[in-house]
Amino acid sequence: MRYIDEFRDGALAKKIAANIAREANAHRSYHLMEFCGGHTHAISRYGITDLLPANIRMIHGPGCPVCVLPAGRVGNAIQLAQTPGLILCCYGDMLRVPAANGMSLLKAKAQGADVRIVYSSADAVKIAQENPERQVVFHGIGFETTTPPTAVAIRKAQALGLANFSVFCNHVLTPSAISHILQSPEIRQLGVVALDGFIGPAHVSTVIGSRPYEYFAEEFQKPVVIAGFEPLDVMQAILMLVRQLNEGRAEVENEFSRAVTRDGNIKAQQLVAEVFELRRSFEWRGLGLIPYSALRIKAAYASFDAERCFDIPPLSIPDNRACQCGAILRGMKHPQDCELFGTVCTPASPVGSCMVSSEGACAAYYSYGRFRKVA
Amino acid sequence: MMNTIKPNYTRALDLKHGRVDMTHGSGGRAMAQLIDELFVAAFDNELLRQMNDQARFPAPQGHMVMSTDSHVVSPLFFPGGDIGCLSVHGTINDVAMSGAQPLYLSTSFILEEGFPLADLKRIVESMARAAREAGVPIVTGDTKVVEQGKGDGVFITTTGVGVVPEGVNISGERARPGDRILVSGMLGDHGVAVMSLRENLTFHTSIKSDSAALHGLVAAMVAAVPDIHVLRDPTRGGLATTLNEIARQSAVGMLLHENKLPVREEVRAACEFLGLDPLYVANEGKLAAICAPEDAERLLQAMRAHPLGRDAAIIGEAIEDPHHFVQMETSFGGKRVVDWLTGEQLPRIC
Repeated sequence: MRYIDEFRDGALAKKIAANIAREANAHRSYHLMEFCGGHTHAISRYGITDLLPANIRMIHGPGCPVCVLPAGRVGNAIQLAQTPGLILCCYGDMLRVPAANGMSLLKAKAQGADVRIVYSSADAVKIAQENPERQVVFHGIGFETTTPPTAVAIRKAQALGLANFSVFCNHVLTPSAISHILQSPEIRQLGVVALDGFIGPAHVSTVIGSRPYEYFAEEFQKPVVIAGFEPLDVMQAILMLVRQLNEGRAEVENEFSRAVTRDGNIKAQQLVAEVFELRRSFEWRGLGLIPYSALRIKAAYASFDAERCFDIPPLSIPDNRACQCGAILRGMKHPQDCELFGTVCTPASPVGSCMVSSEGACAAYYSYGRFRKVA
Repeated sequence: MMNTIKPNYTRALDLKHGRVDMTHGSGGRAMAQLIDELFVAAFDNELLRQMNDQARFPAPQGHMVMSTDSHVVSPLFFPGGDIGCLSVHGTINDVAMSGAQPLYLSTSFILEEGFPLADLKRIVESMARAAREAGVPIVTGDTKVVEQGKGDGVFITTTGVGVVPEGVNISGERARPGDRILVSGMLGDHGVAVMSLRENLTFHTSIKSDSAALHGLVAAMVAAVPDIHVLRDPTRGGLATTLNEIARQSAVGMLLHENKLPVREEVRAACEFLGLDPLYVANEGKLAAICAPEDAERLLQAMRAHPLGRDAAIIGEAIEDPHHFVQMETSFGGKRVVDWLTGEQLPRIC
């Protein structure tokens, strides 16, 4: 495949791996967090860890929209789906996410709820047009990448005068989650957890640009390299981070310059600002409440806001007490440090957020890398 | 006045505009008519013409195999095939994966009230063609009709019997460390062809389903290497699932080489933008074979000499592994587990 295979070239990977091995200082370690699930997926799927020296450790961050959605919000979505006559539209990987009592949208569907997988928010609008007598709710989830399409769907529904379409908004923000991790006492004050640098999001950064990361680099003195989702992008970003750390720099660098600019996609940002506003606080699965970390629909679009149109009580369902997702997401623990990992918590029956989607740290490790533990 | 009554007249089935109704499954005249005018006419063969509730045939010598498969595909018609030929190929292949020569098929239809007879005719004719081309007659059958809303148009179950040649012992538990793993051709064609038509996912592709009967290929393979250890057709769940099943059954691990996997450019592209992995996408005309290392080259040549095995490749080997993992050396230079599929393969969000 043109424009894809070039970024998966094994020979080039070996060259970058050789550079990393040569330049990495054997007397120190490098703890690098890839924030995004897309990077986690690439690292697992292409076996990138095998190409890195032992003193470079990748920490899988919380950037998987399915994983960070708290069980209470999943429970709300299930309640919505069970409303008689209502059609709930959601992205495919939302279906198996567990809420309380092992319930999931997939199980609700089996019990008769009308849950439909859509590939874009526009499909949900179309379903609303085709079913004028039924309420259609789009379960909007994701980071800055999926937020603009949700804004477009709301604007389109408004233009079409649809009275039966609304959005259950669960869109969250990348920069606030990164800040939250960096501000955790273990990292900031106690220094018990080493976190030396970040691989910055690929697709999210095409929308928000590289500018928002400048604050982290400056304030927390951590280098950030924005990288694409192809394996060579990730390798190159690791090399760039090693160089920054070796030289004592903490800057924002852009490896993904073929798609990311400093300012990002202004049009998308404007659309989002038009339709959404900040929530004071939002719960993240595994991380808890994070201030100003999510969006809600503005009052001007109230008739498209499922939280205003339907009775959606706030549900807070605590994570399983033995679950270590929060610590894993902050890089304090490995998946295999959790006593639930691979026993009661597996991709087939996930307990914690990191096992939910294939992009989650535990699921990726379970599916692609667990032979390392037993070998 | 002249008597115009024709005592034995029945108006022919309206195969253009008619629809299945409850009487077609009631056991009465309408059902008999559907069977005569559609099924028997299309599947016509000596054993079916006996018109008994069972087909009677002489028992062959040696070992027989039997297999059954239900087919529920949406959409019913897709590029390169339909549920009809699929239901014939699927069961022939399940029988053939023992190394057997398939002999006879039975079929059972569950029809939904309201299903267009024209579509049913198309499906039945496609089945008849597939059975004829494969040389495996459909010798007995059954039809039931369910009320509207209680089925998805048509479900077809087929059962096949076959006879295993003397000295052939092909079975899922026979893979040994060191054995070579082969596939007969391009992976993922069927799954991508079907997905391209799903109502919420329509995209344009030139990919056609690979639906095909593989017993001819298997016969050629067995002739070249009688001691093939394992044969299996990687249908639902794709090659990854099939190899995991075999690894568990044989208590071995496996190591695949990503750069040896035959996957069409178009299939790779479709999987790329859907966020799917071709290793988990269904095939309907491919097989995976496992044999001793010294037989591998001969088996490969025999496969490549057959039209359905032209793109065959040796893709990996069985290894010792107490955990029975299927692993893959990626083209990128790393290694990963090719795990069982969890749930359905769903597209990723970002």
